Formats: sequence, structure tokens, C-alpha cells
Amino acid sequence: MKILVPVKRVIDYNVKPRVKADGSGVDLSNVKMSMNPFDEIAVEEAVRLKEKGKAEEIVVVSIGPAKAQDTLRTALAMGVDRAILVQVDDAVEVEPLAVAKILKAIADVESPGLVLLGKQSISDDSNQTGQMLAALMDRPQGTFANSVDVEGGAVIVKREVDGGLETVELTLPAIVTTDLRLNEPRYASLPNIMKAKAKPLEIRSPADYDIDISPRIATLKVVEPPVRSAGVRVADVDELVAKLTSLGIA
Amino acid sequence: MKTLVWVEHDNASVKDATLSAVTAAASMGDVDLLVAGKGVRAVAEQAANIEPARKVLLADDAAYEHALPENLAPLVVGLMQGYDAFVVPATTTGKNVAPRVAALLDVMQLSEIISVEGRKTFTRTIYAGNAVATVESHDAKLVVTVRGTAFDKAAANGGSAAIEDVSGPGDAGTSRFVSAEIARSERPELTSAKIIVSGGRALKDAATFDEVITPLAEKLGAGVGASRAAVDAGYVPNDFQVGQTGKIVAPEVYFAIGISGAIQHLAGMKDSKTIIAINKDEDAPIFQVADIGLVADLFKAVPELTGKIR
Ligand SMILES: Cc1cc2nc3c(=O)[nH]c(=O)nc-3n(C[C@H](O)[C@H](O)[C@H](O)COP(=O)(O)OP(=O)(O)OC[C@H]3O[C@@H](n4cnc5c(N)ncnc54)[C@H](O)[C@@H]3O)c2cc1C
Ligand SMILES: Cc1cc2nc3c(=O)[nH]c(=O)nc-3n(C[C@H](O)[C@H](O)[C@H](O)COP(=O)(O)OP(=O)(O)OC[C@H]3O[C@@H](n4cnc5c(N)ncnc54)[C@H](O)[C@@H]3O)c2cc1C
Repeated sequence: MKILVPVKRVIDYNVKPRVKADGSGVDLSNVKMSMNPFDEIAVEEAVRLKEKGKAEEIVVVSIGPAKAQDTLRTALAMGVDRAILVQVDDAVEVEPLAVAKILKAIADVESPGLVLLGKQSISDDSNQTGQMLAALMDRPQGTFANSVDVEGGAVIVKREVDGGLETVELTLPAIVTTDLRLNEPRYASLPNIMKAKAKPLEIRSPADYDIDISPRIATLKVVEPPVRSAGVRVADVDELVAKLTSLGIA
Repeated sequence: MKTLVWVEHDNASVKDATLSAVTAAASMGDVDLLVAGKGVRAVAEQAANIEPARKVLLADDAAYEHALPENLAPLVVGLMQGYDAFVVPATTTGKNVAPRVAALLDVMQLSEIISVEGRKTFTRTIYAGNAVATVESHDAKLVVTVRGTAFDKAAANGGSAAIEDVSGPGDAGTSRFVSAEIARSERPELTSAKIIVSGGRALKDAATFDEVITPLAEKLGAGVGASRAAVDAGYVPNDFQVGQTGKIVAPEVYFAIGISGAIQHLAGMKDSKTIIAINKDEDAPIFQVADIGLVADLFKAVPELTGKIR
């Protein structure tokens, strides 16, 4: 079985995003960018499935600017076999629906048994690409995965849902999106980082797949949320209780 | 505009998150409701009482019992011929289904809106709540998920919508529900609790978390939440996680106990009316958003607080 893992280059989760003064978006110049944390979890899961003998080949794909090659190399260093970059101009943000269409076109060529994505990117927080891809491929989806077991022609996915956990069984090929507790991604070792440089990385464009990436949603403006100002410090528990009493809850 | 709101339920009763989605939909146009499930006529009858609803579409079929998106999406897509917008609460079930519908309709979903600004214009937060974007859809039909904390709940009673049976293609045959481990808690559900007591990594282990946090929550009639660190360390189950990638909450009062205040955590609770922080580190970022801060060792302060609350 082949596993396809889409990965997105996003602002590093340790960076506090700043809104541009002209309200056009978030300032991404000179900020640290990294692989979306949920996608690291997806890569890790794919590598573990390969190590367990459940998969033969892992392909990562990113739709993004030339710099997304770094993100793909990171995945290659973690144990992925080859990479595809569908390159777009630096300023172009491709919406989840268009991303899903490009991924569908790639899946048509690669015929993966499993597509592993992040449940959401920490930039746009859309939480939709995996579900959209599943719809376009007309295949089942296991979102917010807490555990993934491939058995025969099926994958059993334990999902993190509002009330707790839910388990579903999906016929392969299937689409799975990762949640935080699926695994803890490894760090790539130096030798593996060196080896990754020699692994194949193919560069394509959305036009190669005949996909229109023009946006359906216009961002009219982006502003800072209302800031909460710090309140008061209380000296001890008695003072806290007094405050709670004045709020009517103690 | 004609909207169809997806009713979240557990095959027994309507979930609260539905009511916020109804409020958002009502500010867009007419509201019809979809109840899909197995043996859910009683749920449809309950939904028919929701104040602004005109009509309740009832799809009663074993294929819809567990809200499997493979089965639900084709049903919704069929019904959407008669609607301009599909409006869904941004719960884990809603988020599972809505994008699948959007892709089949060839439209971009608007995720977790926090306000309705115009016919096709909405606001939503991005980058863990560090920015608020005003977005406008250019699609013919809309698929929208709604952040529950951002909208008032529609009245659950007072309406008298007609119930109409509908059906879809049924079981797609590619997915099967196996089991669910749904925690039965005596505490109020996080997304609707008026008071929430949350604990962080500082709580050491599951037993300590329970000894320190639970009695305070009980005393206050509060829901119990946690940081990701506390969930990852196994102090509490995953559905307790508050934050960017967990639950978004906005109670009247939020207690952050032994929680540092990482941006991912703040994203899930900074719209709370009053935030109370107890942390031994006076420089902890949580104090920058707290209305009331107490610098103290929580293992002393929390039991004392629990004891002193009437
Ligand atoms: C400030 C701001 C301004 C914006 N302005 C515009 C605008 O002017 N025009 C416009 O069209 N859009 C704009 N957008 C929309 C935005 O760029 C995309 O819709 C969004 O980044 C994609 O959603 P997501 O990554 O959150 O998807 P999610 O559904 O959250 O992503 C889930 C998973 O899908 C996969 N995935 C997602 N994207 C990719 C990718 N590119 N390559 C590989 N895998 C991927 C990953 O596995 C990821 O974990 C803007 C967004 C922001 C934050
Ligand atoms: C992709 C991604 C998604 C994430 N999503 C979320 C999310 O949804 N929700 C979330 O919460 N986090 C999330 N995180 C994690 C987040 O970045 C932080 O790591 C996490 O919130 C820290 O939890 P904490 O505050 O409990 O732990 P810490 O940061 O370790 O803070 C513990 C605090 O306890 C205090 N303390 C210790 N002992 C005592 C004592 N005896 N008395 C009083 N105070 C004490 C310390 O001073 C410290 O401030 C996410 C991270 C990533 C990368």
C-alpha cells in the first residue's frame, strides 16, 4: 500500500502572529515558518505504518511557495520516500477546496491506499481539507484520529469527538486526519537529514492538473481581536472569595 | 435567503449547539431544520418547537444513526437543491460532515463564523484567535459552520414547525460505526457551562487533578476543563481540552489553575466574561488576560478556596 501525506508550511506555533497595519492579513515576512504540527503527526504515523510493514511507500505533497521545499525535506528526513511540490507564487494562498482538488488529481495518479492529513492547519484553522478530499474521491473519512490500525482491506480509526472517543471502520482507500494524541513525531537525525537531500522531489504546478485555484472567498479585512486588559491581583484567598461573592458566585 | 440548519442530537434530544446555529441562520434568512438519525421522530418533534423554524425535515434511517458523513453528505446535497445555505454547529460532528457537503456542492466552506455581517459576509477568527478576518463568499450556495459561543441560543420552545419526511441514498457502504466511549460526567458540558474550572500541567497526575479540581467544580456547579498538557499527560480525557485545537468556550467565569496561558489555550477561553487565574509564577502569561489573578501555590490556595466558598 502507498500512503499519501499532504503537508502545509505554516507560521511556527511558537510565534505570535501580528496583523498587518493595513488590515490586509497577517504579517508573515521574517517570521519562522514550520510544518503544520498536525502534519508532522501525519508524517510520523505514515512512517510508523511503513515500519510495521503495513505500507511500502510514502509520498508527501505540499501546495505552496518554493520555500515549502524545506517542509518537504523535513518530511523526507523523517522517513518519507519522495515528495511533490505543487508550486504557487509566494503571495498566493490556495483555499482548501482547491487544495483538495489538486490532491484528488494526485491521488488519481498515485492510487494511495491511505491519505493522511492534519485535522486543521494552525494558520487558517479551517479544518476542512481532508473531508473535502474524501468527498471528491468518494471515499470514507476518519477525522480527528486518536489511533489508526490498518487491517486487511480496512482501517480502524478511533476518533476524538466532543463527548469522548468514537471508533469507525473504513474500507480502503480511505482518508484519515490526525489529532494531537495520535503519536509524538520523531526528530530527524542528522544522517537522515543528509540522506533526505538525495531523495526525489518533483516540482509541478496547479496547471499540470488543470485545476483552477482562483479563490471563492475574499478576505475583506483582517483586524486584531479586542484585547483583554489585565485585571487586578488579589493578595490571598480571602480577597479572591470576596471578589467571587461580588460576582455572585460564592 | 433559505437556510437549512443541521440539528445536532444524540438520537434522543437536540443538542444546545444547534440553537446557536439557528440564531446565525435566522439572521441570514428563513430557517428550516434537518433531523437525520434512527428512530428520531421525537427529536424532530422537539426541534419543531425551536422558535424561528418553519419546517423540520426528518430523515429517519439506520444509515444516519451515527452521523457517518459518507451517508449524510449525499442526503444533504440532495436537499440543498431547495436551499441557499447549509448552516452547521461547529462541533466535532458538524465539522466532520459540513466540508464533505461543501466539496460535493463545489463551494468553499466558511469555517466557524463568529458574526453575520451581510448576505454573504461573515467574520471568523484565524491564527488561534490572534486575528479576526472579514470574509465574503463568491459561491452560489453557502456552507457555514457556526461557533456556538459567538451566538445567543434561539428559543427552544414557542415554535410550531411542520415535520416533513425526507429520504436520501442511505448507506454508502464504505464506513461502519464500531463503538463509542462517551464519558458520562456529572459535571455540566463544557460548551454550555456557566462556570468552568480548568487545570493544567501543574496538577501532577489524574488522582491529584481529581482531588484538587473536582471539589471546587462541584462546589460551584462548574464544568471541568484542562490544558492540552494536562490531557496529553493523561490527567483527564481528550474531550476536556480547551483551546485552539480543543473546545472553544466562553462561560461567565473561567478558572485557569496551574495553566501558563499559551496562545493555543487562550484561543479557546479568552472570550470568557471573567477569567480567574491561580498560578505560582507571577510572570505567567495567563495573568495578562486574567481579570482576577492570584499568585499562589495552587495546592494550598485551591483547597482553601473550596473550603471558603459557601
Ligand atoms: C490572513 C489570511 C488571509 C487570507 N487571504 C486569502 C485571500 O486573499 N485569498 C484566498 O484565496 N485565501 C485567503 N486565505 C485563505 C487561506 O489561505 C486558505 O484557505 C487556508 O490557508 C487553507 O486552509 P487550512 O490550511 O486552514 O485548511 P485545513 O483544512 O485546516 O488544513 C487541513 C490539512 O490539509 C492539508 N493541507 C492544507 N493545505 C495544504 C497545502 N497547501 N498543501 C498540502 N497540504 C495542505 C494539511 O494536511 C492540513 O493539515 C487567507 C487566510 C488567512 C489566514
Ligand atoms: C498544534 C498545537 C495545538 C495546541 N492546542 C492546544 C489547545 O487546544 N489547548 C491547550 O491548552 N494547549 C494547546 N497546545 C499546547 C500549548 O502550546 C501549551 O503547551 C499548553 O497549553 C501548556 O499547558 P499548561 O499551561 O497546562 O502547562 P505549562 O505551560 O507547563 O504551565 C504550567 C503552569 O503551572 C504553573 N504551576 C506549576 N506548579 C504550580 C503550583 N504548585 N501552583 C500554581 N501554579 C503552578 C506554572 O507556573 C505554569 O505557568 C497546542 C500546541 C500545539 C503545538
